[in-house]
Amino acid sequence: MMTDTTTTPVPDLVTPSWDYAPAPEARGIATIREHYGLFIGGEFVDPASDASFATISPSTEEHLAEVALADATDVDRAVAAARKAAKGWQKLSGAQRGKYLYRLARLLQERAREFAVLESIDNGKPIRETRDGDVPTAAAFLFYHAGWADKLDHAGLGPDPRPLGVAGQVIPWNFPLLMLSWKIAPALATGNTVVIKPAETTPLTALLFAELCQQADLPPGVVNIVTGAGETGAAIVAHDDVDKVAFTGSTAVGKAIQRELAGTRKRLTLELGGKAANIVYDDAPIDQAVEGIVDGIFFNQGHVCCAGSRLLVQESIHDEVVDRLKARLQTLRLGDPLDKNTDIGAINSAQQLERITTLTDTGEAEGAERWSPDCELPDQGFWFRPTVFTNVAQAARIATEEIFGPVLSVLTFRTPDEAVAKANNTAYGLSAGIWTDKGSRILWTADRLKAGVVWANTFNRFDPTSPFGGYKESGFGREGGRHGLAAYLAASDDVEVSR
Amino acid sequence: MSLVLPADAGDLAEVTASETSLKRFLHGLPGVDQVGLEKRAATLATRSIKKDSKRWALDLAIRMVDLTTLEGADTPGKVRSLCAKARRPDPRDPDVPSVAAVCVYPDLVATAVEALQGTGIHVASVATAFPSGRSSLDIKLTDTRDAVAAGADEIDMVIDRGAFLSGRYGQVLEEIVAVKEACGDAHLKVILETGELATYDNVRRASWLALAGGGDFIKTSTGKVSPASTLPTTLVMLEAVRDFAAITGDIRGVKSAGGIRTAKDAIRYLVLVHEIAGADWLHPDRYRFGASSLLNDLLMQWHKQATGHYWTADRVTMD
Repeated sequence: MMTDTTTTPVPDLVTPSWDYAPAPEARGIATIREHYGLFIGGEFVDPASDASFATISPSTEEHLAEVALADATDVDRAVAAARKAAKGWQKLSGAQRGKYLYRLARLLQERAREFAVLESIDNGKPIRETRDGDVPTAAAFLFYHAGWADKLDHAGLGPDPRPLGVAGQVIPWNFPLLMLSWKIAPALATGNTVVIKPAETTPLTALLFAELCQQADLPPGVVNIVTGAGETGAAIVAHDDVDKVAFTGSTAVGKAIQRELAGTRKRLTLELGGKAANIVYDDAPIDQAVEGIVDGIFFNQGHVCCAGSRLLVQESIHDEVVDRLKARLQTLRLGDPLDKNTDIGAINSAQQLERITTLTDTGEAEGAERWSPDCELPDQGFWFRPTVFTNVAQAARIATEEIFGPVLSVLTFRTPDEAVAKANNTAYGLSAGIWTDKGSRILWTADRLKAGVVWANTFNRFDPTSPFGGYKESGFGREGGRHGLAAYLAASDDVEVSR
Repeated sequence: MSLVLPADAGDLAEVTASETSLKRFLHGLPGVDQVGLEKRAATLATRSIKKDSKRWALDLAIRMVDLTTLEGADTPGKVRSLCAKARRPDPRDPDVPSVAAVCVYPDLVATAVEALQGTGIHVASVATAFPSGRSSLDIKLTDTRDAVAAGADEIDMVIDRGAFLSGRYGQVLEEIVAVKEACGDAHLKVILETGELATYDNVRRASWLALAGGGDFIKTSTGKVSPASTLPTTLVMLEAVRDFAAITGDIRGVKSAGGIRTAKDAIRYLVLVHEIAGADWLHPDRYRFGASSLLNDLLMQWHKQATGHYWTADRVTMD
């Protein structure tokens, strides 16, 4: 056959559109059972009352599973199992405890894809984040604390520090697996046993983690997972035989817990809300600052306690930054959380969606200018467009209250002093960001910010070696790093902690 | 200094008026944070391009290739063979489009022009003492005029990295302007050789310098220096053409060259073009790949998409 040698010409210049085809992660890798019991004493058991609640997929409102609802009786069983296991767990050498944690970390890595898919289904967050963020970071926390288990003499509490006993832990729905790892890893490394309650809208990865504990041959009772809503959490907090309470969640609930525990022997750490300032100076690396603003508030649909929800931008570059930010937000891809190209997933629950909607309506009513990129929202599920408010007054509700959604309030400043004053003018103090090419300005600003975490030229980065926690109404106590161990240990001469 | 700038560039024309103002302008460009830039490039590299969108991208990538041979051992025979491949990358399948251009050394331009007569495929020639650029301006201009006289309609020049790194920006600019003039109607691609510029701040400054000097394209590398093109450097350059277009209304192109060997890599670059510069740049007049072996992998992937089967590498021609 003679080959054809004519040329195929280049087409005329027209603006093309390149719609990425759906690239869904296979969901079959994650098995979801119809019913889940409570994980107590190393096995799944039925709750005393036989009550259960449903967990749904926030992106489709599809019913996923029925999950046992634990009441005070079940919590009591779980605490008893943890107490029973505590003695043996404390007797193990640090290296032995470390061995179990390493095992959990490796198993989590091996089953990473399964956890990522399940987390995206149950929580609504994009698979890109669960795959590249939540799950690897959760494993990193287990690895890090596994390494501490036999080095506790160097934890800063003197030789031979003691575990507190049984830790009652209550975690939120925004990073279900990661928060579980943040809570369980330091508790176990330091010789405590735990009763942990995942949030009612996102129990599935915690229950899969229970399977991991079985697979790792973790001694029964060292980790107990009870599912339920606020009342179950309250039962853990109120239980007499719990030695330490660790809570991550809203400031209102945190305050209630602190009131309840006042006058008791129980130790408490709280990681609560935030309204972080992200300060952009006029000499910032603008393109990366815009990325940082996006990472700060639109990461995880803004369901992040340390989200950079208040953008403080120097007045001289306000218009340029806002223009670039808007152009950037047009490229965000909102939709199916399991699509590998999705940037913005679903809002976690109808209740949260309503709160976000109410607060943003207030923003408009208060005179701020509202903007969102054009993007279609799916018909089913809970969705909210990324939203930017400009012309926001320092006193506005959207500038002072935690929205916990993809909503950014833009404010301006003229001088570094003003930036710091405005950044600190909040009831919270969890995190802050600084964007400038000038190293001395980073240090000057960071010194003056009343926030537990200050990021410079980046935002929302988490590392197990770095302590995380708040000032003021953002809570107290630290998680991660050497400081995080102190929340689960007492000095050997501490009279309040008996062996 | 005469400049090839649109009349309404206003401020830009002023900033290139003196060495001092030029330096002030380039050093006043926003800095590039290395960590943030590389994170952004890495995140975009995780985009998963499947099915129709992949077929579309592979087709476009083939149309964007500057099929290149820049070896001391090049012969007219090899260039003719390359030109045949440029016209019909797969002689058995007329649906596979032609590439954008063939890129050769100046002495082989005439051969390529003859072989590509009437095809619409551009003939690009490297010039200006490629790849080092270490020669007098006169020689560089003669080099350029020779290539244009032989029929090249695209010239890939190199900037004087020595002058750039010493801060003699005016000299770099003047050379670009002079070469642009020597090009006549030929399109000018300005090679920054980012591997020798060392920092992303420098890549951004060199990009603006080349755009202000009238370069129709800014190009990452000669392919003779490692590292050649990388995703983050291309990202910075795409930001430069995007911002230049926003200020001047004038759309210039970017060419990533060197080290791009697989279809997977090429699609990652196209994602950058799409999401950083915008869909307007998804065209061979605005984005190119400088490559030799890339075309074969694109062909293999193209056929995988069309037939569902992978070819062995032996089924595609080496030249």
